[in-house]
Amino acid sequence: MPSRTCSHSPSGFGKSLPEQGLLLLVVLVLLEGSVLPLGAASSPDVSHQDDSHNHKVADHGVNATKKVFPVLDVDYHHIQTPFEISLWVLLASLMKLGFHLIPRLSSIVPESCLLIVVGLLVGGLIKLAGEQVPPVLDSRLFFLCLLPPIILDAGYFLPIRPFMENVGTILMFAVVGTVWNAFFVGGLLYAVCQIQPANPSSLHSIELLHCLLFGSIISAVDPVAVLAVFEEIHINELLHILVFGESLLNDAVTVVLYHLFVEYAGVGTVTVMDGFLGVISFLVVALGGVLVGAIYGILAAFTSRFTSHTRVIEPLFVFVYSYMAYLSAEMFHLSGIMALIACGAVMRPYVEANISHKSHTTIKYFLKMWSSVSETLIFIFLGVATVDGPHSWNWTFVTVTVILCLVARVIGVVGLTYIINKFRIVKLTTKDQFIVAYGGLRGAIAFSLGFLLDQNQFAHRKMFLTAIITVIFFTVFVQGMTIKPLVELLAVKKKQEAKRSINEEIHTQFLDHLLTGIEDICGHYGHHHWKDKLNRFNKKYVKKCLIAGERSKEPQLIAFYHKMEMKQAIELVESGGGVKLPSAVPSTVSMQNIQPKKPPPAKAAERALPQLPKGREEEIRKILRSNLQRTRQRLRSYNRHTLVADPYEDGFSDLLIKKQKMIELEKKIKEMNNYLTVPAAPPDSPTMCRARLASGRDTDFKPAQQQKGNKICPDPQAYSMKPVSDSVPVIQVDLASPQSPDSVNVMDEFRRANQEEDQGLMMKPPQGSSGSNKPGEADTTRDQQRLMRCLSDPGPSADEDEDEPFLP
Amino acid sequence: MLLVIEHKFFPFKKKREQMCMAVNLETEILFMLLPINNVQQFLNLSKHVLYCSVCFMIMDFLLSHYSRENLENIPALANNPIRRQIIGAFFDKRNQHQNEVGSFEEIGFEQFLMVMSHFRPPTLKTTEEERETMRKEKLRFLFNMHDTDNDGTITLEEYRKAVEELLSKSGAIGQEAAKAIADAAMLEVASTNVPHMAPDDFYEGITFEHFEQILKGLEMESRMHIRFLDVDTTTMHCGRSTS
Repeated sequence: MPSRTCSHSPSGFGKSLPEQGLLLLVVLVLLEGSVLPLGAASSPDVSHQDDSHNHKVADHGVNATKKVFPVLDVDYHHIQTPFEISLWVLLASLMKLGFHLIPRLSSIVPESCLLIVVGLLVGGLIKLAGEQVPPVLDSRLFFLCLLPPIILDAGYFLPIRPFMENVGTILMFAVVGTVWNAFFVGGLLYAVCQIQPANPSSLHSIELLHCLLFGSIISAVDPVAVLAVFEEIHINELLHILVFGESLLNDAVTVVLYHLFVEYAGVGTVTVMDGFLGVISFLVVALGGVLVGAIYGILAAFTSRFTSHTRVIEPLFVFVYSYMAYLSAEMFHLSGIMALIACGAVMRPYVEANISHKSHTTIKYFLKMWSSVSETLIFIFLGVATVDGPHSWNWTFVTVTVILCLVARVIGVVGLTYIINKFRIVKLTTKDQFIVAYGGLRGAIAFSLGFLLDQNQFAHRKMFLTAIITVIFFTVFVQGMTIKPLVELLAVKKKQEAKRSINEEIHTQFLDHLLTGIEDICGHYGHHHWKDKLNRFNKKYVKKCLIAGERSKEPQLIAFYHKMEMKQAIELVESGGGVKLPSAVPSTVSMQNIQPKKPPPAKAAERALPQLPKGREEEIRKILRSNLQRTRQRLRSYNRHTLVADPYEDGFSDLLIKKQKMIELEKKIKEMNNYLTVPAAPPDSPTMCRARLASGRDTDFKPAQQQKGNKICPDPQAYSMKPVSDSVPVIQVDLASPQSPDSVNVMDEFRRANQEEDQGLMMKPPQGSSGSNKPGEADTTRDQQRLMRCLSDPGPSADEDEDEPFLP
Repeated sequence: MLLVIEHKFFPFKKKREQMCMAVNLETEILFMLLPINNVQQFLNLSKHVLYCSVCFMIMDFLLSHYSRENLENIPALANNPIRRQIIGAFFDKRNQHQNEVGSFEEIGFEQFLMVMSHFRPPTLKTTEEERETMRKEKLRFLFNMHDTDNDGTITLEEYRKAVEELLSKSGAIGQEAAKAIADAAMLEVASTNVPHMAPDDFYEGITFEHFEQILKGLEMESRMHIRFLDVDTTTMHCGRSTS
């Protein structure tokens, strides 16, 4: 973070340069830095820079005289920096790819360990080649480029509810725990250094403040390492949020302690007043960071209110505002990490209500991509830096540090839990405490902070760095590798994979109101009361300002319902037409089954649906068809500023995967279908409309596909022909959309195998079941919805018309 | 407002126990939460032992009864969408652990405590079995809130009504969506519990077993609790089951 870097300009390079090259180098670096921030740190391969200087000078000289025009010219230095960056990123990505190709490796060794090993190898190779290892883990690069994506990813997708429910515990661990760790490690380390009178080693010269500084660097749990390891062990939500939350929130403590000790290490004395100022500074740093983040978050939310006409740049606002929040916080020496977390958490609910579904997916994927690349790079760089780093190995210092870190962590967690458990409703068990203590991994932040230290001011910088690296390696390798077996051995509760069901959501809301109500009856203003007040305020004022249109009035439950509905619609579209022929799954629970009316009345209502005049139905069908056609044509014209959703095109790319997935999907599909048959509230956002229309289209084709699937022999090549047919912009092609027959075939085959019946004339059963399902809903649906249903689900009579073009 | 009365008012208590009193000054409704196992026993005892005027005042409150109107007049409740159901739960005899059905006209301190006992959190010492019982009790409480006609199932009608109430503060959108949501939720229950159903079958409604099944993931036993300041919740027991 700049605050940390401010006093010492990038120390990794520029030291050994000849005088004359220095100026040009600085200019070059600045230039590169401004164009591509990564360039500032990762390129400076000193010898190369020197070369480039000479090279350029030579160029200038040559230009004066006439020379044969070079047909082919090599100018590596022109592209060196971005090229090297790309190489690093490529290496990182390939490594990540590679690990998952080796079958059992990734289940035994965590990825982070493997990446460090790769980094070590790469560093070794560079050294062997005689090149100078680039100072890849330079603090500027790390804090300004590599760290923010990871933290933003964490902040944006922070599970707010569990976080807020445990915020007290998290803060306790993050603040008190970290301070305790810092002083315990620092103090005892100093004592150990002084304790050996017989061996007046260099350790004697370490001052107490230096030890404390070292303690404060080494004591903070690292979010990057924690994320990398905890994502693989799938621990339950409570433990995950405790350790992870701690690693995020201790940033403020680390910043303050670091600055405090760096500041006073020079002076040598600390007064009570200084300590007091430190506490104040902590509050300012932490709360200031949160405030800055919240302000930018609100700004981002407000901006996203107006993006409905330029959907393509929507995701950008999220990234840019967050990055600016981080930078602004760093500018004032506030906690950048906390600013990012606050920014992401504040903006998310509002932004998500405003932006389109596509943008949401984009944000999700970009964040995940950036953060995983950053994470990979960080671990590789850690390995490279280890090979490179100036080491000074001191057995006493290193072993004592490792042991003290472990002891301090255990004592800290156990002690704090003892206090916290007095206030907690869900107590932390011994197992939980163990995992929290064991999950306290150290990582690259500590290394970067150590790297920042000034060699002149801290004579033991090298030793510190070595010790830091050892502790990091110890925690990442030993603890990171053993935590998974331990979690299984201790039978710690795992995360439930099941996605949230609507019933759970209803009852979560119900419970909130119930508890608030009970508190109100008792006249006791507890947590729920204030939470309710906050929600009310949010709904009444904040949402109105930050969310465009009707969605601002949408209660959480309805929003959840819509989201779920849309997800299912999209899954349905993406997985092809085969998804859910009513007939494909012979025994389904449908609306009819839960409808309070008994079957007879339902049947009657069913009849009512087809009563729509046949002529009218034809008309609707025609409209729908022409609309579809137009959509396809419009899609063909490429427009940079509007990205029209095309579920079919999405579908083609992962056709093969889909085919595989089809089998697994079958079960899911069953449920999906149920939802789809439920009448929905009027569509309120364009995306919703589109998704629903898409799903409607899909169902529309079913009869045709079905027929095709049944009549045509299942053709394994069917899907490969698809792209060809797709290019014909006629509606019929759509209907025969490749994945659909394919999937239908799969389904049919299954069913055939199961039932071993003659399915030659499949038409009848599907008609019967689909027909009877629909009518049940019909009475509950309003006119508009009925129309939609009608469009999406042709009655028996319509089937014949639709089928005709497709008959072979 | 929450008052804590030290044990000095209760000289017969040897252990340093606290008595917690919840006073809603706005409505002058007073309820108490006591670290006492048997409410009846306490009531009898206290008649003889309580001596100071404060205690007589407390006695007065303890013996008074409250009707629905009293609860409905609590201003803080006015904004609660499920106000009717909450109040209903206090007057529901099914929540008194006595196998009775129907509802009270008015409730006293004892009934209140019984209802409140559903909001106890589990402790570290709670065994797995006790947890299970606790969870069942809490779920039963919720189930009873939905199952208004006490026929053992939550029918679609009842569920719709519950969701409508839940969304009753969000205007027209809420009412429109409520039915759809309830239907979707019902479908979900039906399809998770009875995956194979012929088109002509009829799912009557959510039974308690199914209700348990769908809310398995919510960890009701620890989530459904009320945190009272200054109360050592571990000693908060009430109800006849322990007597």
